[in-house]
Amino acid sequence: MAGYPAWDQDSARMIVAGLAHLEGATLPMLHALQDEFGYVDPQAVPLIAEALNLSRAEVHGAISFYHDFKTAPQPARIVKLCRAEACQALGCESVVDELSRNHGIAVDDHHAGDAIVETVYCLGNCALGPSALVDGELIGRVDAARIAGLCQHGKAHS
Amino acid sequence: MSAAPVRIFVPIDAAALSVGAEAVAQAIASEATTRGLSVEIVRNGSRGMLWLEPLVEVETTEGRIAYGPVTAKDVAALFDAGFVSGGAHALRLGKTEELDWMKRQQRLTFERVGVIDPLSIADYRAYGGFKGLEKALALTGGEIVDAVKASGLRGRGGAGFPTGIKWKTVHDAKAEQKYIVCNADEGDSGTFADRMLFEGDPYLVIEGMVIAAIAVGATRGYIYLRSEYPHAHRTLQRAILKAEAAGMIGASVLGSEHAFHLEVRLGAGAYICGEETSLLESLEGKRAIVRAKPPLPALQGLFGKPTVVNNVLSFAAVPWIMDHGAQTYADYGMGRSRGTLPIQLGGNVRRGGLIELAFGISLREIIEDMGGGTLSGRPIRAVQVGGPLGAYLTAEQLDVQMDYEALAAMRAMLGHGGIVVFDDSVDMAKQARFAFEFCAKESCGKCTPCRIGATRGVETMNRIIAGTEVPKNIAVLRDLSKLMTDASLCAMGGLTPMPVLSALNHFPEDFDRPPLPLAAE
Repeated sequence: MAGYPAWDQDSARMIVAGLAHLEGATLPMLHALQDEFGYVDPQAVPLIAEALNLSRAEVHGAISFYHDFKTAPQPARIVKLCRAEACQALGCESVVDELSRNHGIAVDDHHAGDAIVETVYCLGNCALGPSALVDGELIGRVDAARIAGLCQHGKAHS
Repeated sequence: MSAAPVRIFVPIDAAALSVGAEAVAQAIASEATTRGLSVEIVRNGSRGMLWLEPLVEVETTEGRIAYGPVTAKDVAALFDAGFVSGGAHALRLGKTEELDWMKRQQRLTFERVGVIDPLSIADYRAYGGFKGLEKALALTGGEIVDAVKASGLRGRGGAGFPTGIKWKTVHDAKAEQKYIVCNADEGDSGTFADRMLFEGDPYLVIEGMVIAAIAVGATRGYIYLRSEYPHAHRTLQRAILKAEAAGMIGASVLGSEHAFHLEVRLGAGAYICGEETSLLESLEGKRAIVRAKPPLPALQGLFGKPTVVNNVLSFAAVPWIMDHGAQTYADYGMGRSRGTLPIQLGGNVRRGGLIELAFGISLREIIEDMGGGTLSGRPIRAVQVGGPLGAYLTAEQLDVQMDYEALAAMRAMLGHGGIVVFDDSVDMAKQARFAFEFCAKESCGKCTPCRIGATRGVETMNRIIAGTEVPKNIAVLRDLSKLMTDASLCAMGGLTPMPVLSALNHFPEDFDRPPLPLAAE
């Protein structure tokens, strides 16, 4: 996976230890691990449980509750496409249809390889939709061709 | 090069960046270098005229002159036209302050957004920052609470609960530790005021939280920000560090005996975290399962301690109230809705953006006069007010005033002030189906009406859309909606029927289609 080192239990342990002093540290730990490795490996569960004196079930429960946390390595390119009402009003569902029809891209298909287009609900760009978020950059007035191009670009880098 | 550099403002707001503001800033910098001109590029927040982004402003002797929407390709021509001294060009809009969109507003909360460098403490102070806090420091906690009560401020997150009463409860509670929590999980589609405020004037929210802390005797605070806002997150993190360095927060607030420690925490893509008890669970590091109330968070909130949980815009209103006086704030507005409301206009609209006005303006004035109708140029068919749990109104209902009670009287809600416009291509049965689908995905799962009801709702809508036994299924839909409204634990399940029933009641023709042919296409 481009950009992320492979999961390393010792680095993970250090990240967890570095945040253990925070109140309610579980989410900061999970975010920090995902920022580092691109996902949260199931091996993180006992690490966090031990550091915070929680049961493994509690930690697993937190990871599985939130849409953001991924438990397996992710594609190199993730395009988050807003499909909430304001973007619906500007045709985001037509973008989804066109991606499938003309570009062979199925939204939310986790077996697509190097790039994925993921559904999100609201990126706070409701007057300039449809919107997408790619590598932390917001894109307004997006169309299917632009998204398909971003997916291709992702492949070139992986 | 001896003259002072010309100040040029290029927004760093995420919406402006989404349409190319970064490239514009770079083009201006390199063009200025090439031409040997001395310019200072200030990355400000957005003025809220989002259809004009990237909106570039140049500081001249007559004031700030706006140009927009500017693309990187326009930059050389702008320099040729002498835009650094306000020269004429097709993109020149005139003085920013005199643009119709700006002149019509009453900006209290957003007075500095787009005007200042968001991270400059000096700018913040020069434009009236800190004054509310300084006045609050001279008062007792009880006096601050009384001022907030007298201002009539109601929670801007959607529920509209009087902020002063909430603060009073926390003020009166006895505890060794109290918390201030800012709900910045702005998940409602059609809303972006919190994001713009963090990116354009972050110290204002911090100042509001500090005043709350002094009022109720809290020493720790958290801003719970949604992860979909990476730009706001970066700005806030830097703002908190700078605020600490400036003595605004930390062991001694502006040299007083009050301590206030503040952290920003990121959500993780769960809409339910906008519900205050679910947000508290998430801050504690748990699954964000809604809590039953009572106990109220004001008495047993974060880690079981008395906690003020307010929306970003509620905290942000407080410094103005403390500085200008509760009555001055209360003089704006109508009925029981006092002060101003930052309205967010989006969806299929020609001129979308942020409009701050006293309560009482009609939806029609906002959408037609300020918004200019639909972007597609087709007729308006539906308008959703108040986010995904808000009602869909018809084009005939737009004369309603923006006011908590006026909207409630027509079975709609103001929510966080978001307005989403749809043209006549919208299929309201699909919108109703989406309301259930969204609820099914985002339900925390604690209560049955929401967890199961949302899924049954999707199935029922599928049958209605397919034209299967429509009258019977509409009866099921109404029954299910009543059950979810009456028996859900929180607003997620309890209000999902609002968009559904408003779509059904106002647009019945979309729910009464002949059965689909079996072999489509």
